[in-house]
Amino acid sequence: MASQATAVPVRFKNSSSRVGDTVARLVVMIFACSILAITVLLVSQLFVSSAPARAALGWKFLSSSAWNPVTDEFGAAPFIYGTVITSLIAMLISVPMGLGAAIFLSELAPVKLSNALTFIIELLAAIPSVIYGLLAIFTLVPLMRSYIEPALKTAFGFIPLFTGPAYGVGYLTAGFVLAIMTAPFVISVSRESLLAVPREQREAALALGATKWESTWQVVVPYAKLGIIGSVFLGLARALGETMAVTMVIGNNPTISKSLLAPGYTIAAVIANEFAEAGGTIHPAALVELGLVLFFLTIVINSAARLMIIATTSKGSRRA
Amino acid sequence: MTTKVNMALVSLLAAATVPYAAAQKINACGATFPEPIYTKWFSDYKAAHPSVQINYTGNGSGGGVKGVTDGTVDFGASDAPMTDAELSAVKNNKILHFPTVMGAVVPIYNLPGVSQELKFSGSVLADIFLGKITKWSDKALAADNPGVNLPNADITVVHRTDGSGTTYVWTDFLSKTSPDWKSKVGTAKQVSWPVGLGGAQNAGVAGQVKNTPNSIGYAELIYAEHEKIGYGLVKNADGQFVKASIASVTAAAAGAAKTMPADFRVSITNAPGKDSYPISTFTWLLIPSKFSDATKAKEIKSFLEWMLADGQKSAPALTYAPLPASVVAMEKKQLAMVTQ
Amino acid sequence: MNKRLGWRKLVNNVMLTLTGVCTLVTISVLFVILGILIYQGGKSLSWNFFTQLPKPVGEIGGGMANAIVGTLQIVGIASLIGLPIGFLAGVYLAEFDDKKFGMIVRYVADLLNGVPSIVIGILAWTLVVLPMHGNSGIAGSIALSVMLIPIVTRQTEQFLREVPLSLREGALALGASKWKMIATVVVPAGSKGILTGMILGVARISGESAPLLFTALGNQYWGGLTEPTASLPVMIYKYATSPFDEWHQMAWAAGLVLIGMVLTANILARLVLARGVSVPRG
Repeated sequence: MASQATAVPVRFKNSSSRVGDTVARLVVMIFACSILAITVLLVSQLFVSSAPARAALGWKFLSSSAWNPVTDEFGAAPFIYGTVITSLIAMLISVPMGLGAAIFLSELAPVKLSNALTFIIELLAAIPSVIYGLLAIFTLVPLMRSYIEPALKTAFGFIPLFTGPAYGVGYLTAGFVLAIMTAPFVISVSRESLLAVPREQREAALALGATKWESTWQVVVPYAKLGIIGSVFLGLARALGETMAVTMVIGNNPTISKSLLAPGYTIAAVIANEFAEAGGTIHPAALVELGLVLFFLTIVINSAARLMIIATTSKGSRRA
Repeated sequence: MTTKVNMALVSLLAAATVPYAAAQKINACGATFPEPIYTKWFSDYKAAHPSVQINYTGNGSGGGVKGVTDGTVDFGASDAPMTDAELSAVKNNKILHFPTVMGAVVPIYNLPGVSQELKFSGSVLADIFLGKITKWSDKALAADNPGVNLPNADITVVHRTDGSGTTYVWTDFLSKTSPDWKSKVGTAKQVSWPVGLGGAQNAGVAGQVKNTPNSIGYAELIYAEHEKIGYGLVKNADGQFVKASIASVTAAAAGAAKTMPADFRVSITNAPGKDSYPISTFTWLLIPSKFSDATKAKEIKSFLEWMLADGQKSAPALTYAPLPASVVAMEKKQLAMVTQ
Repeated sequence: MNKRLGWRKLVNNVMLTLTGVCTLVTISVLFVILGILIYQGGKSLSWNFFTQLPKPVGEIGGGMANAIVGTLQIVGIASLIGLPIGFLAGVYLAEFDDKKFGMIVRYVADLLNGVPSIVIGILAWTLVVLPMHGNSGIAGSIALSVMLIPIVTRQTEQFLREVPLSLREGALALGASKWKMIATVVVPAGSKGILTGMILGVARISGESAPLLFTALGNQYWGGLTEPTASLPVMIYKYATSPFDEWHQMAWAAGLVLIGMVLTANILARLVLARGVSVPRG
């Protein structure tokens, strides 16, 4: 490289190097613009393709529970409900688990062990959704149906949340699968947020006589709070958009049910099941409109997540 | 503008697929009801005519109708004849119905501990799928099945999620035997199911039933037979409980064969005759009458001729009933209407 | 005083043990997944699986050769499209960053990254399948490339930014123009990280099933650019949800092959990064 550089005579901002730079800048800018173009295209296509449904159904679409391709009545409510409930169940499980693991990895484990374990956990994040679904169908669903759901019914059957037949598929099962899928995200981002907390904070707490747990829970975690919440939102966004694993275990029933053991439907699952052969004009447009709703949901949550994560990691490094 | 750019890019890359262009590739999609026999036919036909490759995707009769309407496939397949509205939605082309075989939709169930074959009447099936009968031990079921020890378990109903000809036939039968069903739900490829889990395609429903104890669903006969899933006898219009078989399906079609309309769109559910199986149906290939590609038109026509002759011979082995001779003769005449 | 301290110590030990348990549970999930896949998938892997086309139900000896080749085809084309675009966009963000515009591009790239894959499938359907009047491998590739671009962009930007200022200034001081500096000094310095990002991105899209469901669809035979094409993830979905036991076996085998591909790529990428970091981080 050095010889190449010296072979080039010293030139300061003369025209040909300026041309080269301008061309380079233009080229990369075009490719950067393509990202904007793709996103604009995505949003506009979603709007255009959903127009027939939006015109025919209006705002009622968001609150209606109908889903009748014969009479062209469509409503998003059961799907929004299913999407939100399964994601909520997933978060209720994966956040405590994930935070616990993140604390272990950042505060307790020796560096080498922590890195090795984090590596393994990040491998979990790389497993394709359809493989989680495959495992869920043949191992989790029978387990739920034969053992876990009956046990929940006997123990908690008086709560409306745990009534109804034990199908094995349903909101709860989908929630469990999503919990496993989102945990790695919560863990890896929380761990980084916790690691970004300056040493002095921990040492100060310990110097004041706190136990390790007290120092962690009452000082370090609150300091990294924003990043941890960001990681939760990140996991949530992932859970909302998950398609394959959920489709395989949700039961595909477009109704709103109080019970967690009941079969339901999510936005992503209904699009996966019905899009390819939805005929007529309103039905496919209604499915695209559902896609639009999901798109907005994930955008809002992703944006919030990113802002929080940026705030935390930059705050941490500034103070370090 | 972007579409044009895309098309340019695509044709460039398409040129790179020249080596693949050797075989005549035909794409079809649609009903899963006849998918086992269709995949066998396309495989056998390819063995006899190696240059013709027919790729079939079973995505439900709704997918078949949509495919031929949008023009995304060369031909489609459906167990529900296209309605007048669907036919008029096809631009610049006319879709011809070619019956291929007849088959039966059976009520499949998974009842551990019950080894006898159950008997179902139409109104009982309708009430189960309406959610009015919720337990296997219900009086109405017990009445039709004396001497069978039905468990006091909840019934898990399984139905289709996608636009399905099988659903059309099933709901057609339920509408004919239960006024309640007819007013509350009706007949269509995709309905608003009052209760139950959903499975995609015949295979999905059969899979769910197979994996879920105390469940009931509906599927084409071959799926039940092949996977050893229990299926019940159904009460026909003459009051007899009949088991689905080639003989009982052929009996159901006997009357219709005599009065077959020119466009072949006919329903044979709840057909008269003491040996008729009441949930029988023809299944059709949806062939456009005009093809832009002359070679494709020729290949598809010769496949159809083969199907009407040699193809029919392999139907019984897969529990489908071959077409009555009079129907075959009518179809051969319709072949002339397929042009390029 | 002692009692209170004792209680706090107890809480301390219990909670810290719990965090260890959480970690253990999460880690063991991976091993359980791998274990089940290896056991079930290993039973059904055979020479036939890799070399035969799928056979109609009831006939034995079928395989998934077309799905394996299909995945390689679709992912290959998607990489050809997505990797250069992502890379050059990343170069823009790292080297030519204009404050406002760069911020917008970065934000939008993150948004695109978070869009559910099924929605991207809808985009590819409207852009490619409808105008082409049919399903095709290229439609699937375009969907996957849209998913690949933001991943590669952010990774490229991140690793280019980590190349120290001193290297850049050295190149400029020796008289290189900006683009020469980038091409001959900065990019090679960050190449290990960029390569890692690319491998991880490709591994991620090769496991995606949802965007292919109605773009590339499927095929019993060999697909192609302009033909519907079978792919491993979609076949797994179709076979797993069917009632046929022989298809279940094939789904397991396919799952094992797919996870083998994805995990190998992931482990490889991280080894490349770990061993060959040519520039000290930070």
